[in-house]
Amino acid sequence: MNTHKEIIRIQDLSFSYDGRPFLEEINLCIYSDDFLGIIGPNGGGKTTLLKLILGILKPDSGVIEVFDKSPREGRAQIGYLSQFVDIDFDFPITAREVVLLSRLAGRLIKRYSQADKTAAEDALRQMKIWDLRNRKLNQLSGGEKQRVFVARALANRPRLLLLDEPMSNIDIHVQEAFYEILSDLHRSIAIVVVDHNLDMLSRYVKEVACINKCDSHGLRYHGIDSLEMKRICEA
Amino acid sequence: MLIAVLASLAAGVIGTYIVVKRMSLIAGSIAHTAFGGLGISYYFHANPLIGAVVFSLAASSSVAFFRKKARNRLDTLLSALWATGMAVGLVFMFLTPGYATDLFSYLFGNILLVSTVDLIMIVVLDLVIIIAVLLMFNPFLAVAFDEEYAEVRNLPVLVVDLILLGLIALTVVTIIRVVGIVLMIALLTMPAAVAQLFHKTVKGMMLTSSLITLFATISGLFLSYLINFSPGPIIVLIIAVIYISSILAAQVRNTRRMKRMRAR
Repeated sequence: MNTHKEIIRIQDLSFSYDGRPFLEEINLCIYSDDFLGIIGPNGGGKTTLLKLILGILKPDSGVIEVFDKSPREGRAQIGYLSQFVDIDFDFPITAREVVLLSRLAGRLIKRYSQADKTAAEDALRQMKIWDLRNRKLNQLSGGEKQRVFVARALANRPRLLLLDEPMSNIDIHVQEAFYEILSDLHRSIAIVVVDHNLDMLSRYVKEVACINKCDSHGLRYHGIDSLEMKRICEA
Repeated sequence: MLIAVLASLAAGVIGTYIVVKRMSLIAGSIAHTAFGGLGISYYFHANPLIGAVVFSLAASSSVAFFRKKARNRLDTLLSALWATGMAVGLVFMFLTPGYATDLFSYLFGNILLVSTVDLIMIVVLDLVIIIAVLLMFNPFLAVAFDEEYAEVRNLPVLVVDLILLGLIALTVVTIIRVVGIVLMIALLTMPAAVAQLFHKTVKGMMLTSSLITLFATISGLFLSYLINFSPGPIIVLIIAVIYISSILAAQVRNTRRMKRMRAR
């Protein structure tokens, strides 16, 4: 059962690209029982925000705490699905191998332990693709590939899932099945989903935040049932 | 000959990474930079392979750093390394009296001129390459497949890159005697590309590309002996024939598959 604990704290975060201000004074808290959607226009900063949380990008100013640590230290407890997976889909690799790679966790010389293999199996089963585990990536459909990448994010048993546009190029019925799985996962993991489809999002997530670069309000926050704007970080 | 086996093994294994990560341009520029070191060693009457190792490792390390810090300028770096390495090597060779036949053998290979010292060096290099690949197979796979994700999972991507590129540098040196600097890109790409058509795992690709390289090297040596010609180009031509016929075979196979699927 998820308690209501603060797991990510972002305060007065600012970030610029090549000297051009991009995000200004963002404030956001993510809690252990969150199922949060993030929407906003393209190029508005959603992916940037996720990358800042993950320590892939460094902020110009402000504080990001991930599980009470810096992003680079805390990110081991985050499972991440990026928007554009910059890979060659013809790469000779099976679904199971992709998921196992998540278990490497920073070590250079590493054989997979039994715990690694179990974690990978659990992740594949959770995403309902255990039967596809020995298929090559280029033998899987778009929806199946996405499940592989979510399984990869789950393999290190994260406490938070960050999913960046997991539903692009996936048709509606598959999206529904996907969100059903996410709802299931939400029973034990906090989930943050960046998505365009507000309709689908609003059916499943608890809250939605809207981000738009250099908006004077920074990150706007909407509860699903109300149109109130409120700050997310509790004092 | 032993060199053929060792070089084929290294070429097959590392060639797989080169093809799968699309690094053939990087491999080519490392190879041509090695020639610079080769020339300098030659001029000072030292073992040329030593200079080659130093220069190719320097090239591979700078490629690794550029990939991390200045990726959009990597292309220029590769061209710079390629041409400058060649120029440096040629200058030093021209400065050395009596260079001509040696020059040809370094550029295009002559496996028959290998000395015992060379052989020992190549054995050592090969061992380093094989052991490194065995130990670090999974991290290499992670970085080759999805570098950004590997970084998020706290893999030291720069270190892995340095090592993998360093292995390419060492492989380059092991192959110099077989087909020479100019032609070695063939050994490092075509066998693995053929293997990719028929294999769906990285390990399988490595095995098959090593075997193909070995076959081409040995048969090329025999043929060149028969017709009294330099082995390097013959070996490459054999690989090219294998490559072209494999592509055609794969095309035929794919067309048949499409027809069968449509017929259903």
